[in-house]
Amino acid sequence: MIRALVTGFVMHFKMLARGGFELSIVTFWPAVYATLGYYIYRAGQEPASLFYVSLGSTMMAMWSTTAFACGGAIQRQRWLGTLELMVAAPIPFIAVLIPITVASTAIGIYAFATTVVFGRVVYGVPITVAHPLMFAISIPVAILAIGALGLLMASVLVLYRYAGSLASATEYPVWLICGLLVPLSLLPSWSRPISWVLAPTWGINALRSAAFDGPTLRYIGLCLLATAAYSAVAIGFIAYFERLARERATLSLT
Amino acid sequence: MAVVEVRELVRTYETSSGFLRRGRSLVHAVRGVSFEIGAGELFGLLGPNGAGKTTTIKMLTTLLLPTSGEARVLGYDVARESGDVRRRIGYVFGGDRGLYDRLTGLENLRYFADLYRVSPGSRERRIEALLELVGLSGRERERVERYSRGMKQRLHIARGLLHDPPVVFLDEPTIGLDPVGARELRAVIADLAASGKTVLLTTHYMFEADDLCDRIAVIDKGAIVAEGTPAELKRLVGEHTVVELEVFGVGDEVVESLRGVPGVSAVVVEERGQAQVLVVQAHASGELVQPLLRQLDGVQVGRVSTREPTLEDAYVQLVNEA
Repeated sequence: MIRALVTGFVMHFKMLARGGFELSIVTFWPAVYATLGYYIYRAGQEPASLFYVSLGSTMMAMWSTTAFACGGAIQRQRWLGTLELMVAAPIPFIAVLIPITVASTAIGIYAFATTVVFGRVVYGVPITVAHPLMFAISIPVAILAIGALGLLMASVLVLYRYAGSLASATEYPVWLICGLLVPLSLLPSWSRPISWVLAPTWGINALRSAAFDGPTLRYIGLCLLATAAYSAVAIGFIAYFERLARERATLSLT
Repeated sequence: MAVVEVRELVRTYETSSGFLRRGRSLVHAVRGVSFEIGAGELFGLLGPNGAGKTTTIKMLTTLLLPTSGEARVLGYDVARESGDVRRRIGYVFGGDRGLYDRLTGLENLRYFADLYRVSPGSRERRIEALLELVGLSGRERERVERYSRGMKQRLHIARGLLHDPPVVFLDEPTIGLDPVGARELRAVIADLAASGKTVLLTTHYMFEADDLCDRIAVIDKGAIVAEGTPAELKRLVGEHTVVELEVFGVGDEVVESLRGVPGVSAVVVEERGQAQVLVVQAHASGELVQPLLRQLDGVQVGRVSTREPTLEDAYVQLVNEA
């Protein structure tokens, strides 16, 4: 099982890294987001806030690839004709999906490199990290948590042939509600509970806390908690939806 | 003991149409199909497009749940014991889908080997042996997007055999292949059967079924219309004779009139360049050519020949009668 998870992750990461469209999402667009953020926050005359923006841009790209790839993952497997082969495989379907969703989020690591380098080179954004070790730990933990949210989405969307469009519709709302673009404090109070159940909120808080000397451990813990909760629900969903998909004949393209 | 047992298998799809006023209708894809496949047998499911071949094979490979009826593979129920079935079967379908184009052939096989629980110790040896079997040795490090359709199809076969399943389901594996590629693939399929694997092959190519299968079930409109060895099926139309008439510019109404000639049981029109060939099946008794020519009065007729029925004729006859 572990071997299937690792090989699956490596293969799906390779596939995404070899795709021009996926790479454009995690290289070109984060630079655009970072530029927008730079001009928005420049008014504040606070150099440190620019790195704060860079991290938000990274997480925005990470969520974009997750939303695009996890909703699209199922549809892409359908198009490729591999979805049926995955379901027909002897290992549990959830173990096939996990590497796809985590790889889809992990490809966002390119976004991290892009925004940091772009911000440093073009706008001279200072890269100061208060707790480098915590920062390094926060990255994979945030990837796992967001990947698990993608897994939850993918497990529900296995039924729908237009899953990609549904998942992509979550892109902008999550950017806003999780405080990736603007601080949560600027949003109306009713939106807070929604942000609490979404992993990008805790992922970005973990990264920003490690960079700006906040309670990083608490946010890492919340990321792990979110990962466990999403995974548990996804495991239950996937067994149910897989059977429903076999009943309704939605595994293939036709 | 039968390796594959299918009893009164039924699959119905519900389809919907319309936007504001949703209409629902039922499509009966498979209507009470029954057959058995013995150990080491190469069994063919032969039928035209939309006959229910793929739906049947998808139920047997656990990808679809039957609406009613029962199917067992190696004694395991395909609906209730899908995990046990999946460990013991290989599934290969035709066309160039089902592979990761951005990965190499080797990467595809490694990935699927892990999905199909091939032990780490034997994975590389198994992949090497399969690449040899399907004739892809030396090409395994190329990305699949650069493979020809025939190479992709052979890679499919290798993928389906990674976990050395005793039962292999092949769903139209030669579809879309050029003649040389199809012949090479048929040789691989014949080798599979020779190695003792139980194979269910669906196809709509009569010569392929005739060439490869020990037994054939002809399926049409979701029901099995005949079952037997290729020789037995040919004997079903043994009392028939086949007349082939080369004609030029024949209309539908003339073809229809041929169907009304006494003794004629089926008429098929084959396009061959500028000409058309009318393949007319009829009961063997009595003179047939003259009555047919009378119906073709005014139509330019070329070569006329009479021959014994083939498996293809048997198939056409069975499907027409269904």
